[in-house]
Amino acid sequence: MSAKKLQYERPVIQKLNVGLMNKFGTRTEYTPLTHIDGNSVKDLLGKFGSPLFVISERTLRRTFREANRSFKTRYPKVQFAWSYKTNYMNAVCNAFHQEGSWAEVVSGFEYQKALNNGVPGNKIIFNGPDKTEAELKVAIANNSMIHIDHLDELYLIKEIAVESNKKPRVAIRVNMDTGVYPMWDRFGFNYENGQAWDAINKIMLNDKMELVGLHSHIGTFMLTPSAYGMAASKLSHLALEIKKKYKKNIQYIDMGGGFASKNTLKGSYLQGIDASPTFDQFAESICTAILNAGFTETDLPLLILETGRALIDESGYLLGTVVSNKRLSDGRRATILDFGVNILFTSFWYDHKISPAQEFSQYTEDAVLYGPLCMNIDVIRENITLPPLKRDDHVVVHSVGAYNMTQWMQFIALRPAIVMIDMEGNSHIIRKRETLDSIEKDEIVPKYLKDFKL
Amino acid sequence: MKLKKNLALSDSGFVFDPSTGDSFSTNPIGLEIIRMLKEGKNANDIKNHVTKTYMTDDASFEKDYYDFVNMLTKHNLVEGGEKEKN
Repeated sequence: MSAKKLQYERPVIQKLNVGLMNKFGTRTEYTPLTHIDGNSVKDLLGKFGSPLFVISERTLRRTFREANRSFKTRYPKVQFAWSYKTNYMNAVCNAFHQEGSWAEVVSGFEYQKALNNGVPGNKIIFNGPDKTEAELKVAIANNSMIHIDHLDELYLIKEIAVESNKKPRVAIRVNMDTGVYPMWDRFGFNYENGQAWDAINKIMLNDKMELVGLHSHIGTFMLTPSAYGMAASKLSHLALEIKKKYKKNIQYIDMGGGFASKNTLKGSYLQGIDASPTFDQFAESICTAILNAGFTETDLPLLILETGRALIDESGYLLGTVVSNKRLSDGRRATILDFGVNILFTSFWYDHKISPAQEFSQYTEDAVLYGPLCMNIDVIRENITLPPLKRDDHVVVHSVGAYNMTQWMQFIALRPAIVMIDMEGNSHIIRKRETLDSIEKDEIVPKYLKDFKL
Repeated sequence: MKLKKNLALSDSGFVFDPSTGDSFSTNPIGLEIIRMLKEGKNANDIKNHVTKTYMTDDASFEKDYYDFVNMLTKHNLVEGGEKEKN
C-alpha cells in the first residue's frame, strides 16, 4: 500500500531585503478566500464556469441598510435612487428597489430598463446630457423627474410641454467649486458664474415647467466628505433664495453620487479601506450643511442620494483561474489569469485586492498578474504578493460590483456568467455566459460575402 | 549544476550565502530541492523523489524545477554564477 502523497506547492525562493518594509507592515492579501456566503469558490466555478462574477445579496442589502441608517438618523427625509449605470443587472436593481430605492438613469435605454423592472415613472430620475426628444416625451408623460443638463434641453422640454399640455417636473443640475480638484463643470449649470440662476429664472418665469429639485454631482470616488458639505450648502442657499424670490419651495435636493468605495486607487499610499470615508462621515457633512442652512422645519427638502459605487462595489467578486506562470526577463513572476481588462475594466483605476481561493503555506512571491488577452495593456495587477499559484488554481478579485458589469467589453473573449447568492446562501444565475450566437445574432453578412474559396 | 558549497540552510527555509551576505527564504519543497542539489543529486533524482512524495506529475514539476533552478542562478547561489546556466 503506498503512503498518501503530500500536497504539492511550487518551489519558490525569494531574496530577503532589509529596510524596505513599509510602516504598515506586510500586506496580508494572500489570506485565502475559499467561500462566498457559504458557497465554495471551487464549486461555483465548477458549476457556472470560469471566470465568473458573483454578487452577494447579503453584502448588498447590508451595505444599503448601513448607508440608509447613516443618513436617516441625521436627516428626517431621505430617499436613495439606484444609479443604474453602476450596475444595471435587473436582479441587482430590483434588490435595491426592494430596499426602497428609486431609479436614477442616464439614458433612454436605462430609463426603459427601470420601467420594465416596474419602477413607477414618477420615481425615476432622468439625468445625463443626452436625452432625445422621444425619450423626454416618454419621461414627461410618465411624470418622471428630469434633471436638465444644458439650455438646449431646457428649451426642448419647454417645447414638448407646450405641445403636450403637460407640466414637466424638472430639476437643474448645478456644478460648483467645492474645493476639490478636478472640478466637474461639464455637467449642468455653474453656480459661481450665475448660469444656475439664469436657468432657474428661465424655468420659474415660465409656467410650462415645475422646478421640483436641485441636483449636483461633484465628482467620482470622492475621498473628502467636506466637499459634499460645501455642495449641500450651495444648493441649500439656492433653494432658500428661490423661496425668497419666487415663494416656491424646492421639493428636493439631490446630492448625486461619487462616494468612494473601499477599493484602493492606483498610486494611493493608503489602502482604500483606510482612505475611504464612511457613510457616517458623508452623511454628517451633507445633513449638517442642509440642517444649518436656514430652512424651517416644514420647508426642509427631501434629500436624494444617487450613491452607486459605494453601495454595490463590495458585494461583487470576480472568480477566475490561473492559466499559466512564466518568468519575465527581469526575474519577476508573471501569472496569467483567465480574465482580463475586458471584463475587469476597473483594474485600470484600482489595485484590486486579489486572494487565492485555496489554502497555501505562508511563502509568497512578488508577481505581475496578466489577463488572457493578446494585448499588452491586459494587466490586472502590476505588482502583487501572492502565494505560489499554479495552473488551475483559483483566485478571487474583491470589490468588483461597481461598473464592471456595465462597462465590460465583449472584446476577444465572451463575457462570463453572473451569479447572485441570496440571503439564504443559494446561488442564482442572473446573466448567462455569452455564446457566439449572442454576439453574432445582430450581424448581417451581405449575400455576396457569404462564400469564398481559399 | 552545483550549488555553492558554503550555503547555510535552516530547517525553517532560511538560506544564507556567506560569500555575499545575502539571505533568502524558500518554502519547504524549495528547501528539499536545495538540500538534494547540495548532496549532488541530479534533476532526474530530484524529479523522481518529488513526484513520488508529492501530488504532482512529471510535466508540471519539470516546469517548476527549471524555473526554480533559474532563480537560484539569478540569485547567484550556483557555483560559477550565471555562466553555469550554459
